[in-house]
Amino acid sequence: MTNQTEDPKEQKSDSGQTLIDELNKSMDGGTWRGSLQAALYPILAVFTGLVIGGIFIAFTTEEVYAAFRESIGAGLAAAWRSIAVSYQALFVGAIGSPSEIAEALGSGDREAIRSAFNPFLESLVTSTPLIFAGLGVALGFRTGLFNIGAEGQLFIGAVTATWVGYSFTNLPAIIHIPLALIAGFIGGGIWGYIPGWLKAKTGGHEVINTIMMNFIAFRLVEWLLRTYMQAPGSVNPISPIVADSAKLPVLGGDRFHLGFFIALLMAWATWWFLFRTKWGFSLRTVGANPNAARYAGMNIVSATVIAMSISGGLAGLAGANEILGLNHRLVPAFSSGYGFDSIALALLGKNHPVGVVLAAILFGTLRNGATQMQVDAGIPIDIISIVQALVLAFIAAPAIVRTIYRLRDTGEEGDLVTSSWG
Amino acid sequence: MASTTIPSNTTQTSWRSVFTRQRILGIVFLIIAFSIWYFFAQGLGGAAESDEIGISEVITTFKLPLSSQPGDLYDWLLPSSLVLNGLALVAAFLGGVQLFRGFGRWANTILAIVIGLFIFGFLTWGAAGKSLNLGGLLSATIVRAVPITLGAFSGILSERAGIVNIAIEGMMLTGAMVGAFVGSVAKLWLPESIFAGFMGEQGLTIFGLCIGLVAAMLAGAVLSAVHGAFSIRYKINQIVSGTVINIFAVGFTSYLSARFLQKYQEFNNPGTFKPFEIPLLGDIPILGPIFFRHNIFVYSMFILIIVIHVAYYYTRWGLRMRSVGEHPKAADTLGINVLRTRWQAVLLSGMMAGFAGGYFTLGSVPRFDEGLTAGRGFIGLAAMIFGNWNPIGSFGASLLFGFTDALQTKLAILRLPIPSEFLLMIPYLATMIVLAGIVGKGHMPAADGQPYEKE
Repeated sequence: MTNQTEDPKEQKSDSGQTLIDELNKSMDGGTWRGSLQAALYPILAVFTGLVIGGIFIAFTTEEVYAAFRESIGAGLAAAWRSIAVSYQALFVGAIGSPSEIAEALGSGDREAIRSAFNPFLESLVTSTPLIFAGLGVALGFRTGLFNIGAEGQLFIGAVTATWVGYSFTNLPAIIHIPLALIAGFIGGGIWGYIPGWLKAKTGGHEVINTIMMNFIAFRLVEWLLRTYMQAPGSVNPISPIVADSAKLPVLGGDRFHLGFFIALLMAWATWWFLFRTKWGFSLRTVGANPNAARYAGMNIVSATVIAMSISGGLAGLAGANEILGLNHRLVPAFSSGYGFDSIALALLGKNHPVGVVLAAILFGTLRNGATQMQVDAGIPIDIISIVQALVLAFIAAPAIVRTIYRLRDTGEEGDLVTSSWG
Repeated sequence: MASTTIPSNTTQTSWRSVFTRQRILGIVFLIIAFSIWYFFAQGLGGAAESDEIGISEVITTFKLPLSSQPGDLYDWLLPSSLVLNGLALVAAFLGGVQLFRGFGRWANTILAIVIGLFIFGFLTWGAAGKSLNLGGLLSATIVRAVPITLGAFSGILSERAGIVNIAIEGMMLTGAMVGAFVGSVAKLWLPESIFAGFMGEQGLTIFGLCIGLVAAMLAGAVLSAVHGAFSIRYKINQIVSGTVINIFAVGFTSYLSARFLQKYQEFNNPGTFKPFEIPLLGDIPILGPIFFRHNIFVYSMFILIIVIHVAYYYTRWGLRMRSVGEHPKAADTLGINVLRTRWQAVLLSGMMAGFAGGYFTLGSVPRFDEGLTAGRGFIGLAAMIFGNWNPIGSFGASLLFGFTDALQTKLAILRLPIPSEFLLMIPYLATMIVLAGIVGKGHMPAADGQPYEKE
C-alpha cells in the first residue's frame, strides 16, 4: 500500500509521479522482465511452499510415527521416504517418467512416445482453464479490482457455451467453435459486468458482490440443469452433449486439445490490451492511483466496468474451454475450484500475462501430478490447495521469504493489490 | 484504501436528493404492500378452486406448539383472504407514512416489520387450504440462523476494529473439523472414573464436547492469529490474507478428512450437545417450545447478541474498539494502543468463527465432512453487511437468511411461486441490493481494511 495516507494533498502530489511511473512501466512492458530479484521471490515462494508441503506429508503419514517409535534414525528415514515417494509420484504424474520417455524415444514407436508424453500434455490440459481465469483475475488486479468471482463467471461462461454448443447443430466447426467461445466470453462477461457496474455506480464493493454472484451462479446452474438445460430423457442434472462441430479438436495425447493454444493467444491479447492500447493504459492507471487517473481526465466508471467485464469474460472462457474441450456437457461439479486457484496464480505471476501463463502451467502441473500422487502414495489431492495457500502467503508477504532466506529488502517486489474495502 | 470508491457525479447527486432513503424506503414498503395484495390476496384462486369454495372462505391453518409434548399442537385457523388484505393494508399504511412523514430513527425497525408482514403473507398464501407447522418452521429458522449469526458476529468483531475478515468461512471449517476430532478423542480417552461419581455417562459426554468446543475456538484463534500477523504486522492486503486462509482451510480440512477422519470413524464421532428446556421460560405456550427448547449454541447466540451489543455501545472497551475501526489516528492520539486493540479484535473474531464452526459438528451433525460449512461463513458476512455491522441488525438478517434455508424443508407443503434455487438466492441478492445502497447506504467502519502505521 503505497498510497495509504489519508491526507488528500499528499495523494495529489503523488499522482503526477504515478502517471510517470506508469508510463515508464508501459515502455518496458511491465516489471516482470525487470530484474532477476523480482523473479526470485516467486521461485523461492514455490520452493518453500513445496518444502513445507513435504513436511506436512511426513507429519501426516502413519508409518513415520511407527518408525519413530523404533528409533529417531528410522523415523527420519521413514519421513524422508514418505516425502520422496509422494513427490516422485507427483513428478511422474505431472511430467512423465524420465526412463519411460527415454525408452520411448529410443524405440521410436509412435504409440509409446504418445503415452510417455501424455502426463505432460495432461498437465497442459489442466493448466488451460487456469490460464484463462488467471488472466481475468490479473486484469482485474491491474485495475485495482479484486475479482474473487472467477468461479461464478466460469460457471456462467460454461452455461452459455454449452447452450450454443448443443443448440446449433448444422454449423461448420470453423464457425461453431468461435461462436461457442464467444458465447462463453459474453456469459462470463455479463457476470463480471454486474459487480463492475455496481462498483462504478454505487461503490458496492466488488469482493462482496462477486462472492454473492458466485453463489447465485451455482444456484442458477443447479436450476438450469434441473429444468431448461437438462438432457432430454435424463434423470441426472446434466445437459445434452454439445455438437461435434463445437468440440475443440484433440491435438495429441489423450485429451490435449486446441484450448491450450487459444489460452496462449488470449494471454498475448491481454498483454497487448494492457500494455499497448489506450484502454489498457487507463485501466492500469486507475489501478495504480484512481486520483491520478481522475486528474488525467480518465473515465474511472468505464474503466471499472470494462475491466470487470473483460475479467469475467476471460473467466467465462475458462468455463467454455472446459466444456468444449473436455466435458462436452455441463455437469454441476465440472470445475474443481479453478476460479479460486486463479487468484493465487495471478498474484504469483505478478499480474503479468507472461507470469500468469507460467504460474498457471506450474499450478496445473502440480494439480495434475497430485492426481497421480493420490493413486500411488495415497496423499489426498487437497495437499495442492495447502501448497497453493502457502505460496500465496509467501508472495503476499515477501517479508517472510526475506526472513527465511536472509535477503535484503530491495523494494523490488512492490505492491500486489491496491484496492481494499470500501 | 477508501479512495478507490468512485465519487458520485452530478447527475447522481440530484437523483439522490429527490430519492432520499426515506422516500425510497416508503416506495419499497408500498411495493411490498402491493405484492401482498396482488400476488397473495388475489392469488388465492387456486386454493379456492381445488376445494370448490369461494375465495373468502379459504382457510389457512397454522400449527403451533402448546407444550413440550411433540403432539400437543394448537390449530390456528385464519381466513386467508381477510388476513392477506389486512396485511396489505397495514403495509400500505406504513409505506404511506414513511413516504410522506418518515419514521426517522425507527425506519429500520419498521422495515423489519414490513418484511415480517410480507413473510407472514407469503406463508398464509402458500398454506391456504392446508395446514402448516408454523412452530416447527420458526424453530428451524432459529436453528438455521445460528451459524449465520455467529459468523456475522465474527465479522463484526474484527471489522468494527478495522480489520476485514473474509476468512470466516475458512475459520469455521477448521473449527468444525478440530472440534469434531478433539471432541471424539476426549470422548474416547477421558477416564470415566472422574465423572462416574457425580454426573455419570452424560457428564462425561458433555465434558468431552466442551473440550471439543474449546479446541474449535482455539483453532479459529490460530487462523485469526495468522490473519492478524499478515494484516497488522506485515500490513498486507487483508482480502489477500483472508483468501490465503480460506484456500488453506479448505485444503487442510479436506486433506486431513480424507487421510484420517474417513478412515478412523471413531475419531469423527464426537456426539452432539442435546437440546434442553429452560425452566419456566420453556413452559410458555407457543413461545417456549419455539425459543427455549434448543441446545447450548442457540442459547449462546441469544446471550451473545446482548453481550456484544452492550459491550460495543455501553462500555469503554467497546468505544475503543469502534474508535480504532473508525479513526485509528485519533484513537492513537488519545492514547489507545491501536495495534493491540486490533489484535484483540482479530483473535476474538477467530474464536467466534471457531465457535460457529463447532456448531456444525458438535451441535448439529456429529461428524465432519469435506466442505461441511457450505458457504455459511460467506452468508454470515452477508448478514453482517445487511445488518449494518450491528449485532442486532445482523441477527435480524440472519433470521431472514435462516428462514429461506428452513423453508427448504417445507417445500412440499407450500405452493412456491419460484423454484427453490431462487429462494436460496435471496440472501445473496438482498446483500447486493443493500450494498448498492438502493435502500440506504450501510455505515461501514471508516477505517475498515486499512492497515495502521504509527507515525
